[in-house]
Amino acid sequence: MSNLMTLALQTAKYLMIVLMVIYTFQSFAVFARTGAQAKDMVFLRQDVCIFILHFLAFFVLFLKTMDMQLIIFYAEQCLYLAFALLLWRNLYPRASRLLINNMCLLLTIGMIMITRLSYDWSVKQFTIICAGSAIALVIPVIIRKLSFITKMTWAYVFVGIGVLLLVLVAARVTNGAKLALTVGGFAFQPSEFIKIVFVFAVAGLLSGAAGDMRRIIVATVLAAVHVLILVISTDLGSALIFFVTYLVMLYVATRNPFLVSAGLISGAAAAVAAWFLFGHVRVRVSVWLDPFADYANTGYQISQALFAIAAGGWFGTGLYDGSPTAIPYVAQDCMFAAISEELGAVFAICLILICLSCFIMFINIAMKLTNRFYRLVALGLGTTYAMQVFLTIGGTTKLIPLTGVTLPLVSYGGSSVLSTLIMFAIVQGLYMLRVDEEKENEKERERTGDLPGTGDPA
Amino acid sequence: MRKKEKGQGTFRVREIRLDTQEQPQGPADRTRNTELVIITYVFVLLFALLVGTMVWLNTVKHTALVQNVNNTKKDSAADRIIRGSIVTEEGAELAVTNVDADGRETRYYPYGQMFAHVVGYASNGKGGLEASMNYDLLSTHSSLLSQLRSEESSEKVHGDSVVTTFNPVLQEAAYYALGSNRGAVVVMEPDSGKILAMVSKPDFDPNTISQEWESMMADSASSALLNRACQGRYPPGSTFKILTALGYLRAHPTDWNNYYYDCQGAMSRGDITINCYNWEVHGGEDLEGAFAHSCNTAFASIGLELDNAQFKSLAESFCFNTSLPTSLPHSQSVFRLEAGSSEEEQMTTAIGQGNTLVTPLHMCMIASCVANGGIMMKPYCVSRIQTYDGETVSETTPSIYKELMSADEAQILTQFMKATVNYGTAQELGWGWYSAAGKTGSAEYETEGATGTHSWFVGFSNVDDPDLAIAVIAEDGGTGSATAVPIARAVFDAWYGS
Repeated sequence: MSNLMTLALQTAKYLMIVLMVIYTFQSFAVFARTGAQAKDMVFLRQDVCIFILHFLAFFVLFLKTMDMQLIIFYAEQCLYLAFALLLWRNLYPRASRLLINNMCLLLTIGMIMITRLSYDWSVKQFTIICAGSAIALVIPVIIRKLSFITKMTWAYVFVGIGVLLLVLVAARVTNGAKLALTVGGFAFQPSEFIKIVFVFAVAGLLSGAAGDMRRIIVATVLAAVHVLILVISTDLGSALIFFVTYLVMLYVATRNPFLVSAGLISGAAAAVAAWFLFGHVRVRVSVWLDPFADYANTGYQISQALFAIAAGGWFGTGLYDGSPTAIPYVAQDCMFAAISEELGAVFAICLILICLSCFIMFINIAMKLTNRFYRLVALGLGTTYAMQVFLTIGGTTKLIPLTGVTLPLVSYGGSSVLSTLIMFAIVQGLYMLRVDEEKENEKERERTGDLPGTGDPA
Repeated sequence: MRKKEKGQGTFRVREIRLDTQEQPQGPADRTRNTELVIITYVFVLLFALLVGTMVWLNTVKHTALVQNVNNTKKDSAADRIIRGSIVTEEGAELAVTNVDADGRETRYYPYGQMFAHVVGYASNGKGGLEASMNYDLLSTHSSLLSQLRSEESSEKVHGDSVVTTFNPVLQEAAYYALGSNRGAVVVMEPDSGKILAMVSKPDFDPNTISQEWESMMADSASSALLNRACQGRYPPGSTFKILTALGYLRAHPTDWNNYYYDCQGAMSRGDITINCYNWEVHGGEDLEGAFAHSCNTAFASIGLELDNAQFKSLAESFCFNTSLPTSLPHSQSVFRLEAGSSEEEQMTTAIGQGNTLVTPLHMCMIASCVANGGIMMKPYCVSRIQTYDGETVSETTPSIYKELMSADEAQILTQFMKATVNYGTAQELGWGWYSAAGKTGSAEYETEGATGTHSWFVGFSNVDDPDLAIAVIAEDGGTGSATAVPIARAVFDAWYGS
């Protein structure tokens, strides 16, 4: 009996890795496929992978805990996945299915790991995912129908700076940083949402600013105010994300590499200044250089994360056979290490590549858009997403100092998952706008007699 | 409809490549997106770095991370694996887990205190090999069959054994010779780097450490847990003259033989006076004589003559101010002499006082380097990992750290060290039926107002084809010849059979 169980657990473990590799391969292979049917097949295969992966994981979780609650929870999650996939597909047939699939897979991986870490957390997280997905479903309509959202630049600026100031003044200190506001019993992290507002604000400020130095200066000053407030709140991860997002948007809006170089140099100068000014910055850097020097205190989190990654090896210990709970704030900051430990480095590397595939899709959408505002929004959201992934995974693997930001859609945290769902929905809305634009172009071409020029034999 | 969908599907990769003629829009669009393409490449690069880091952590860094002393991940494996044994190459057990009829496990150390620091302990935290080899002791490479058999009968699997390089005969001799002295003895094989014995005192009994933990922690003065052989840092005293002599040989490659010094028992420079031990007057002597008699005044004057920067780079080539080439946990030795250092520092540093601090392991490596014709080997004490059934899992092969001096230089220093035994300060070793060479040291120290003299000896046996290199330090043992030399002799005697 015990042998049979071991065999089942081991088989499930390796099958999950195989499925993850297949899925990841598909999410890049799709870029090379041209036929709509071929693409449909790819997406279908991906959906099958998600469901089997989800099943196998919960099969293991159940075998390990023999907790009946998990069966019901599993059924609920299956329903959610089925609904999410079907609703997006049917309500928005022209939405990017790659993004939908990636979103579902990342949520699934998150739910698997959070359930393994704590059942209570996972129930909370799942509730927020359901609510967030419902909100996300209406966002593409808003993007398409309400064009005045492109003209509310100053509202975004005031909301952004206002809320960040409020956090600075009123937030309680958790984990050494002022991050969370409590409203009506719910603690939430406004900076997660302000990221989106910030991207809209910068897009508004920069969309007509090419060559207009005064507008560029205004935009830069306002962006700097955001970043400064975050630095003072000691939310260094968010500050870095805002900073890089602004630089990238500035670069694309002005097409001026000198401005970006100047930005990078002043950013580096600011980082050096921060090192001298703030004790906690110095601590972060020295911990990054040698986490074992002050192992018991400041170096503990990153050391445990590294031990977890090493303990997992290429194929992981298997769910419940590692000890990811030894990492402080594992579900928020170090989800990637927990995944590496129990699901293995191969699985974790696939996860990195899937996040990359999301980013490439975001940029692709930006490329196809001609409206400067929407274009900058798609780019900005893509950059915040990619930066956040880079900061959290790079931090957990000690490539860069650990800043304690979440892995979007995977980490535990209501604000993070909700804001990322909204972000993905906005990009989907833009993607559909792109299709609208293209349709108009096509009409235009038909009228003028131009060939569509896609080179498709059909 | 289908055509539209197709158009919708084709753009993506082409947009990124930007090299195809099948662009749905014109060349203006292509340049329009240049910045976006650059941004994409930047992030693709960043993500590639992330993947690279994951690969790096799981290949290059993997062993170091899983074996890190702070890593307790493996401890949970104790639920299904019986901690492996630590044994010697001859098969003597140094640490073994006994399982009684009820399945209760106890870790037993047959040699008790004798191997306390090197083998370590596995309760109240971990130390020594129990800590550094924890991962291997709790891993199993037993055949799948025997693992399945154990699982079938719900028995635990035996972890792998760690085979050490230690020689119980030498360890025992060193342990008893050091007696009630505080200090350390390190013995290694010069041509391989194998550590044959390593004793540190005061010590503790790993069998009873959990009972005695409280009182040991309370007694901060004796710091019994500290492995003085690797982590104790002492002024090297006259044993450092090996490197000072080497410095002189390098400054005078052709005419060092003409060295002559007339020792009056003391020399003054400014308001600093350096005297020979007990104000002994050595009279006229050559370099060999100065070395053999450990003449402080002669070496202090050499110190004044040597170029500080060169002297420092010589010491640093011998691993001062850096980590030793070994995986044994150890402290860094210190050598402080700068271009602008005072004459006092020059003189005291040359005779191994000053600000220089060294670990016994480090001194043993230096003696071993001379014995091995100038080639320093990387010291190690785990010769292989084997399964419970004795099949080799992995093996350590001796490896060269560097050739730190020429064979000629090693030959001259050997001659000096032999003279020390023949007519110098280590004559007690000259009476044996084996040949020996070495250097004594009487390292004066001052801590919190208290002064004293540590007794040092470093050297090697069977000079023509050295078998053993040794470093002995006895805290407050007085002169090298008083305490350390007899200890070294006891160890050599045990090896060659008295």
